[in-house]
Amino acid sequence: MGKTISEKIFEKHLIEGNPVAGEFVLARVDLVLMNDITAPPAIEAFYKIGVESVFDRSKIALVPDHFTPNKDIESAMQVKMMRDFAKEQGIEHFFELGRGGVEHALLPEKGLTLPGMLIVGADSHTCTYGAVNAFATGVGSTDAAYAMALGELWFKVPETIRVNLKGRINPWITGKDIILYLIGKIGVDGARYKALEFGGELIKDLSLDSRFTIANMAIEAGAKAGIFEPDSILEEWARSFEPEPNLVYPDSDATYSEIIEIDVTEIDLQVAFPHLPSNTRNVSEINEKIFIDQVFIGSCTNGRIEDLRIAASILKGKKVAPNVRLIIIPATQEIYRQALKEGLIDIFIEAGAAVGTPTCGPCLGGHHGILAKGERALSTSNRNFVGRMGHKESEVYLSGPSVAAASAITGYIASPSEVL
Amino acid sequence: MNKVIRGKVHKFGRDIDTDVIIPARYLTTFDPLELGRHCFADLDESFATRVSEGDIIVAGENFGCGSSREHAPIAIKGAGISAVVAESFARIFLRNSINIGLTVVEAPGITNFVEDGDEIEIDLENGKIRNLTRDREMNFQPLPSFLKQIIDAGGLIEFAKERLKTR
Ligand code: SF4
Repeated sequence: MGKTISEKIFEKHLIEGNPVAGEFVLARVDLVLMNDITAPPAIEAFYKIGVESVFDRSKIALVPDHFTPNKDIESAMQVKMMRDFAKEQGIEHFFELGRGGVEHALLPEKGLTLPGMLIVGADSHTCTYGAVNAFATGVGSTDAAYAMALGELWFKVPETIRVNLKGRINPWITGKDIILYLIGKIGVDGARYKALEFGGELIKDLSLDSRFTIANMAIEAGAKAGIFEPDSILEEWARSFEPEPNLVYPDSDATYSEIIEIDVTEIDLQVAFPHLPSNTRNVSEINEKIFIDQVFIGSCTNGRIEDLRIAASILKGKKVAPNVRLIIIPATQEIYRQALKEGLIDIFIEAGAAVGTPTCGPCLGGHHGILAKGERALSTSNRNFVGRMGHKESEVYLSGPSVAAASAITGYIASPSEVL
Repeated sequence: MNKVIRGKVHKFGRDIDTDVIIPARYLTTFDPLELGRHCFADLDESFATRVSEGDIIVAGENFGCGSSREHAPIAIKGAGISAVVAESFARIFLRNSINIGLTVVEAPGITNFVEDGDEIEIDLENGKIRNLTRDREMNFQPLPSFLKQIIDAGGLIEFAKERLKTR
């Protein structure tokens, strides 16, 4: 019987059990990630387990990003706890403010997430690293503590839904539109407990940044992982970090619970309406003017350089609508710097945007742009649940960077063709 | 693990996400009682004050979807809830609950079987739920034996201690 990418990765990391879909296994992990919200309970749990030291100090990543730069005393205490723990344990990958950014943009940039790895992170968007052909999944803090102590974790090997992408990508369409379209089609629990495996002839036309966006939102369809088949673009990227990347291909006779074919040619720019990411519509089908108070371009979904370039190409020489606040946050220091070099930051400020230092910030209603009662935002992030970005009576719409930038100019949700 | 759990039902709909269970603004602590006080703050402000120790949550499909915050099951436990019974769970929430020792039961059909305020009894060992208010019974599939090992050990931390001895 043929195997899926996920089954092959579990087979390689197996300690105990049978690595086929539906079975429980104990498996070795290559990387354990925590952030400033999830690390403190994990550290406390780690001490309760009672081991002296972490399993491997080069395989743990601690990223303060959610409430960092620390928004209040409590969050400063949480980050201090991480920092102290990192020092005590000699953890190599603690990313201090000013040398890091949003975890899921940062770790791939640092070459810490590579093909064939089994990665767990105490953050639901850990699935982002599926873009680079790793099996990566979100877990809780106690799981992370266990993994830090023992270098292993329990898993249920997931069934896989294969998604074949084909066709031609229309102008302005990015990974965000493809994944929103898919979530709209299968729903927020359409892939619950399963892995999504992306392949098909279109992959080679997708930038890595777009793949990160797609894999990032696999969890928004309930998936355990969103994993891409490798290709030459990935191989070249991986070679910049290791000489012989461990690329994992599925067998041609692998067993899938479902196969979904998507012709990308038919996909229009997407917007998810409140309060679920599956509540999607084509921008061209929005007949009313949905006025907005705030636009956020950033997050682990769309705070990468490709997203900023797209936003800048639309905002260049234009002004943000008088009633709109545009917040742009590059996801990492490196992306910020690249954007500076390319003159993108200048374009943003000239247009009237507030550009912030890398942080999750507004994405989770943490700080740096929280919504008041009754306000409406358009965000390039991944979630639009009730109260996600602020007051429980605020609303969040989701889109890719081109619609976000265009809407910041018009003041209502609009397609780029309206402003260009 | 408590083999039989009995309590009053608080009923919720489907796709209840962890942002609603415990909004991000309360995540600067992981104290169960403090989190419990804000459980469901944005959905139902009076929830935390209406719950009596041992009450049970019944919900629709995909309970606990969204963010991986372990604070969500901790808040539910901290509010005094003894078990969550749902049509289905989002996977990270399910893991977290098992790991911290909050009883979770996946019971397809549960939302038609009980109403808000009913008194129910869950027999974990035998996979039965009795609705004491309406005098009826339904079955569910008990957890697989692998997960029972973790629960029987008293959660993942205790399981880790045992595993460290055998390695
Ligand atoms: S940017 Fe948003 S979704 Fe991504 S890790 Fe931060 S809070 Fe989570």
